[in-house]
Amino acid sequence: MSSRGSSSRITDEEINELVSKLQSLLPESRRRNIGRASASKLLKETCSYIKSLHRDVDDLSDRLSALMATMDANSPQADIIRSLLRS
Amino acid sequence: MDSENSACGNPNPNPTLGPSKLMLAFRFLRALSLVHRTTPASSRTCRGRRIERAAYASMAYSAGTGRGWSRAVLRRLHHRARRRAVAPRRLSTTAGNRAEALRQLVPGGAGMDYCTLLEETADYIKCLSMQVELMQGIVDSSSSYGP
Repeated sequence: MSSRGSSSRITDEEINELVSKLQSLLPESRRRNIGRASASKLLKETCSYIKSLHRDVDDLSDRLSALMATMDANSPQADIIRSLLRS
Repeated sequence: MDSENSACGNPNPNPTLGPSKLMLAFRFLRALSLVHRTTPASSRTCRGRRIERAAYASMAYSAGTGRGWSRAVLRRLHHRARRRAVAPRRLSTTAGNRAEALRQLVPGGAGMDYCTLLEETADYIKCLSMQVELMQGIVDSSSSYGP
């Protein structure tokens, strides 16, 4: 990262803080894999993590769609959902 | 929307409160039941795409309009049919355009200064992982009751 001197509103320190906050949001396995990473490595890992989350949403949407097809109004899972929505 | 001013100095008004998991669950389940009622039983793929949109919509609504990424998601969802091209905002030269790949992954990321982008990324990841947990939970609880 380039340093911009004291005239900059946003300090490198603040940026470092934000970047390390991102590290703490990574799941345990990813954090272990990168260890003490540079900012750019961390950003790459963050990108990879976001992509895998997008894939999860995609995959889970498909599975929910399949489950919905088999769901009927009087099944136990419908009751669970109904009670969740009531509370 | 003025992300240039919401740089690192402005604190998040709700630093400890994020979107409530319960509200997220409530919104998503409501959206799911709407999809169930209104999508023909035959179109599994169509239903899957509608469920995916419901996931991002309930995520964004739960996060509220105080976040750049949630506003961008809602804009995208509402303008889906019209596909309006949004002119990219001019980036501050001191921020440069670092983290190009990240900008493409975080909704609204293209127009943000670097600092805001990092903050938005953190919030986006928290909400996204919460949504995934929720969906996984629904799948798991539905699957454990056999027909």
